[in-house]
Amino acid sequence: MPDGLDFEQPLLELEAHIAALRALDDPLKHGDEIAKLEERLQRQRQRTYASLNAWQRTQLARHPKRPHTRDFIKLLFDDFVELHGDRVHGDDAAVVGGLALFEGRGVVVVGHQKGRDTREKIARNFGMPHPEGYRKALRLMQLGEKFGKPVVTFIDTPGAYPGPGAEERGQSEAIAHNLRVMAGLASPIVSVVTGEGGSGGALALGMGNRVLMLEYAVYSVISPEGCAAILWGDAARAPEAAEGMRITAPDLQRLGVIDGIVPEPVGGAHRDWDAAAGLLRGALRQALGDLAGMSARHLVEDRQEKFRRLGAFEEESRTRSG
Amino acid sequence: MAWFSRKKPEETTAAPRRTAQVAEGLWIKCDSCKEIIYRAEVERAGKVCPKCRYPFRISARERILTLADTGTFEEHHANLTSADPLGFKDTKRYRDRVKAAQQKTGVGDAVVCGLARIGGLPTVLCAFEFGFMGGSMGSVVGEKLTRSIELAIAKHVPVVIVAASGGARMQEGILSLMQMAKTATALEQLGRAGLPFLSVLTDPTTGGVTASFAMLGDVILAEPRALIGFAGPRVIAETIRQPLPDGFQRSEFQLEHGQVDMVVDRRDLKETLRRILVFFNE
Ligand SMILES: [Zn+2]
Repeated sequence: MPDGLDFEQPLLELEAHIAALRALDDPLKHGDEIAKLEERLQRQRQRTYASLNAWQRTQLARHPKRPHTRDFIKLLFDDFVELHGDRVHGDDAAVVGGLALFEGRGVVVVGHQKGRDTREKIARNFGMPHPEGYRKALRLMQLGEKFGKPVVTFIDTPGAYPGPGAEERGQSEAIAHNLRVMAGLASPIVSVVTGEGGSGGALALGMGNRVLMLEYAVYSVISPEGCAAILWGDAARAPEAAEGMRITAPDLQRLGVIDGIVPEPVGGAHRDWDAAAGLLRGALRQALGDLAGMSARHLVEDRQEKFRRLGAFEEESRTRSG
Repeated sequence: MAWFSRKKPEETTAAPRRTAQVAEGLWIKCDSCKEIIYRAEVERAGKVCPKCRYPFRISARERILTLADTGTFEEHHANLTSADPLGFKDTKRYRDRVKAAQQKTGVGDAVVCGLARIGGLPTVLCAFEFGFMGGSMGSVVGEKLTRSIELAIAKHVPVVIVAASGGARMQEGILSLMQMAKTATALEQLGRAGLPFLSVLTDPTTGGVTASFAMLGDVILAEPRALIGFAGPRVIAETIRQPLPDGFQRSEFQLEHGQVDMVVDRRDLKETLRRILVFFNE
């Protein structure tokens, strides 16, 4: 099993064993054994996935077979016309977007795009956008606003690309600008963290009225490896950093950062893309439905209040001046 | 990903520490040009190197003294302190780090905010304290900036923020990231209220601070030679496996690449702000 994660191995082996028994000439002879093994598989699966830690979830979020933005687009929308370019510098393949039909209604879709094979990974810069990617996203979100269409964003990036060209062309400004424009956008925005939510490069597509997260997605201020490198000078301590930073969907829901968790099929979205998309479709339908009746002003206020509330601090009651 | 450049394990945030020690001794060494200079001369020049004009890092209080008209600064929101929402611990507990930073700097968190007059013109003025955990932005910094921007809207005055920060504070995890969204939202409201935001970038301004409010100035000023960028230079050099050219990500580079409006000498900063404020005031 080439792409199995450590904690997936025992399950994959058990599955292979069952498949082998089924493939025998006379499977009926092994019926009892197969039934027993399947029962065991189910128990073991439930045990494994009920107790995944932050680092195991990170590995699932980065799983090489996990559906990416374009996969979800294909499975969720009736039609999709991809649009290209930021009209300033270029077209960043690490961000895809365009016009889509969701259950018959026009929506603008934008998302980070990782590659599947080596060549595509490089072409898409491992899902790490340059400023032109964020500016393409901005253009498309404003297109949605202009024509009163909802905006759906998919978040799946290790982070914005830290390279010289990105710095020269204003990576910071591009991200900051998206945050401000999303704060005031007069269209409904639904953001879904589908895989990796890597810091500011993720947030630049993430200021939704509703922010959803797939069950095993992660979302953090810095990658666990980056955090561990700074704290302990050792990127190998990423699992500890992942735990300490509280990056899982249940953690983020407790902290008030996300509005809902979209369940994944048992074993993770990569085990069954159709089922994963089906679960996400239901969540999207509900989120878009909730926002459909709201006026432009109400949408903006709703979003601004949502982000205004975030943070945790202590406040002494004395007032102070002078 | 790259809010922080890598450094020693004990250090928790942000950009490399290159502050010259202006505090003790008759002579100091400039971190930019490496010249040994007479301390009194540096002080007289407004903590600027008399040889190469590099502006040494100064505290939030010192910054406010150089910009606000004498006796006009009225501090607000000083009663906000960190809550350690994650119960975070690395080599030290986050709570202990915060306490140590408070004792070292004499401020509650990494930004000092209030109302002031600059050349007679009323403004909200916020200055970062780099000495407080690398000026990193967690919930307290985000909340103080947001309340200050809201105060500016209520008082109908402009906002001036002097940034010096390595970015988001990772000890508060995702909540630090959300302060980027929160401050950008407040600035969206400030803009709709017809009020200007003047952003002053000083050494260093990087990561989640640059990628949120700091680059949203209606006018963006930078002190000479300040490191300004999204990713830290160490992270970029590691990514491309090449050394970076001299001056990369410095103010002058950012001016050349269209990212800031002007590079202003520290001694001219107050007068420059005043001239811009007059424009918006008229
Ligand atoms: Zn010098």
